[in-house]
Amino acid sequence: MSDPMTAPRAINGRAPDVFREGGWVEMRQFSETEAVDFVVIGTGAGGGPLITRLAEQGFSVIGFDAGPYFRPLEDFASDETTQNQLYWLDERIVDGDNPMHMGGNNSGKAVGGSTVHFAMVSLRFRPEWFKSRSLLGYGADWPLDWREMWDYYREAERALSISGPINYPWGPKRPRYPYRAHEMNGAAHVLARGAEAMGYKWTPTPLATVSAPRGDSPPCVYRGFCRFGCSANAKQSQLVAFIPRALAAGAEIRDLAMVGRIETGADGRATGVHYFREGRWRFQRARNVVVAGYAIETPRLLLASANDRYPDGLANSSGLVGRNLMTQSNQGVYGSLKDEVRWNKGPPSLAVTEHWNYEDRKDFFGGYCWMSQGPLPIEWATALTGSLGLWGEALRERMTRYNHQVGLKMVGEMLPNENNRVTLADETDQYGLRIPRITYSWGDNDKVLIQHALGEMQTSLELAGVRDTFRQEDDTNHLAGTARMGSDPGSSVVNSDCRSWDIPNLWVCDGSIFPTTGGVNPSLTISAIALRTADRIKALAARGEL
Amino acid sequence: MTDHFPGYDVLRKRRTPSWDERTRQAINDRLSVPREPRFLSPELFAILAAACGRIIPQPPDRPPVPVAAMVDTKLFESKRDGYRFASMPEQGEAYRRGLRGFDDAAQSLHGRRFAGLEPAAQDQILASAQKGELDGPAWQGMPSKMFFEHRLLIDAVSAYYAHPTAWSEMGFGGPASPRGYVRMQLNRRDPWEAAEAKPGEEDRVRWENEHV
Repeated sequence: MSDPMTAPRAINGRAPDVFREGGWVEMRQFSETEAVDFVVIGTGAGGGPLITRLAEQGFSVIGFDAGPYFRPLEDFASDETTQNQLYWLDERIVDGDNPMHMGGNNSGKAVGGSTVHFAMVSLRFRPEWFKSRSLLGYGADWPLDWREMWDYYREAERALSISGPINYPWGPKRPRYPYRAHEMNGAAHVLARGAEAMGYKWTPTPLATVSAPRGDSPPCVYRGFCRFGCSANAKQSQLVAFIPRALAAGAEIRDLAMVGRIETGADGRATGVHYFREGRWRFQRARNVVVAGYAIETPRLLLASANDRYPDGLANSSGLVGRNLMTQSNQGVYGSLKDEVRWNKGPPSLAVTEHWNYEDRKDFFGGYCWMSQGPLPIEWATALTGSLGLWGEALRERMTRYNHQVGLKMVGEMLPNENNRVTLADETDQYGLRIPRITYSWGDNDKVLIQHALGEMQTSLELAGVRDTFRQEDDTNHLAGTARMGSDPGSSVVNSDCRSWDIPNLWVCDGSIFPTTGGVNPSLTISAIALRTADRIKALAARGEL
Repeated sequence: MTDHFPGYDVLRKRRTPSWDERTRQAINDRLSVPREPRFLSPELFAILAAACGRIIPQPPDRPPVPVAAMVDTKLFESKRDGYRFASMPEQGEAYRRGLRGFDDAAQSLHGRRFAGLEPAAQDQILASAQKGELDGPAWQGMPSKMFFEHRLLIDAVSAYYAHPTAWSEMGFGGPASPRGYVRMQLNRRDPWEAAEAKPGEEDRVRWENEHV
């Protein structure tokens, strides 16, 4: 078996068949000297659906990914440490008052992006969040209408065969989820017990892992290593759900291909991308370039592509590329039960309450949800050292209560702030490219929201009979912002079609375009917007407006 | 420390449907990690080994975990975390400074090398680092609290809890592919999971654990 980390697999007219050990599928390949219709940089929650849909519409498309092309059945161990291979672990400098922890929390480096290791939580935004400035008084409005998004959410949920409840307890009516909800584990039942004690609704979490067979995907076997890659292919990552469709529709995927610079021509339009693959720099010509590298790599590439015509970086006449970076608060509360919970069984977040996303009687902006938890040993041990400062015998003793632990973690909205940003450091990486510096400080509203959530989660656990509760105060996850979407070129980077205001054939299609981040996991929204963007591109092409 | 899971050895499942080939390979590699340092000098490695021995003491009755060798391997293979605090140097340099800093503290407090101190004296120096109280030329401005909490503690603990000895000791099911789990409810144990001993049940539980 070749090492996917050192030699590309998607070459010689074929790509790995992720569903068959040692299998291959045919792959179309394009020449570097002939311009393809679209180069898409990144194959995750944004790039994956976009590449697929563009190819299905008949465009010539190449999807670039800096990471390897994994074969989950053969390459994925049931092991926290080995599976660090899925993360973006290249050096990044973090600073600010609350430096962000990068890596497994929020960054993937693989065909499929971070969806290869995401926790599969697939929630819709609350409709008002698309107009949070006008309707809720904070952040910025999106140039999108929630009713249109509701249709694209539906498409994304179908494409990913989301397993979820028959009736979702919050927000406007939505259709039944395509697959039945998963059985809840003990940790999820404790969430339900606590929510009911507080008078809050809860539901089995809509998840992108199938509860019944789907094509070549078998149903989830509840092994619980979801965040370290699904070795069974039950998880509907981009690697499994969309990319095979893209290949079948004639797209090319280039793995282990790091794009370092976007080139622009005399007319100011993008002409292609410089990328490093198989030991040397190469150039691919393209009629359109879509950046889908997520909220760190996307602004990094746009800034690094600065040239004489665009000295501040591409698409940056607003000065907002790299600014308004947002993460989400991911604090938790944990404790012990007399019962054996064995929280590692099954997907980690099988139950959720969105109560505080839909309840506005509170003294801060933004919302949050919380979910049941199932950290594996290393994650749990480092939570104990980080939150309680435990080490020595005290840590080992506490770890032996692993099967009795239970907990809740929030996904909370942080507000956009221009000073939270991505810039380029002077230090360079293995490709010779300047590494990103990520500056982040929590605002007052962020801190109030976090404390509110910690109090609520702690009360709910205690009402559920959980003892010895403690708080994990410092965790964050998910990314957004840095190339925000808007209706005015002066205050945004891209328009509602994810098209940059400055360079009409340069697009951004990932979580970077979020003006606000909401209180739910972002991946389903990213994918829904990608599907919309593909439809918009088709419509613009039909009108000769590309 | 009481053994809550008598007779449980996660490695018994190595040849069962709970372990696939890729996982067997990964854990075999981990069990055979070279015990000699390949990144740190023998001198610094001795300090690291002593510190790891206090941060995560070894169980007396299970195979020892080569924590320091696993940390050295991480450095040797340049396995990074994906981020670096602006106040911290690159990980290898952080260890060179921090470990020398422990030795300097041992010299100035006790006139001896860190590795040769009594456990209680070693603990005291580690606790000072945790509080950010260590300083001096060896540190070159690196905050000792950052080194202890965000470098040494995380690396040592992550190494220990990546080892089957730790999984057995805490009753963790370990690798679970392709078999996965069936019994999801509270207080339900799949027959291939560790059984926990309550007083008086040790013999029955030992039998259960020998048949995972």
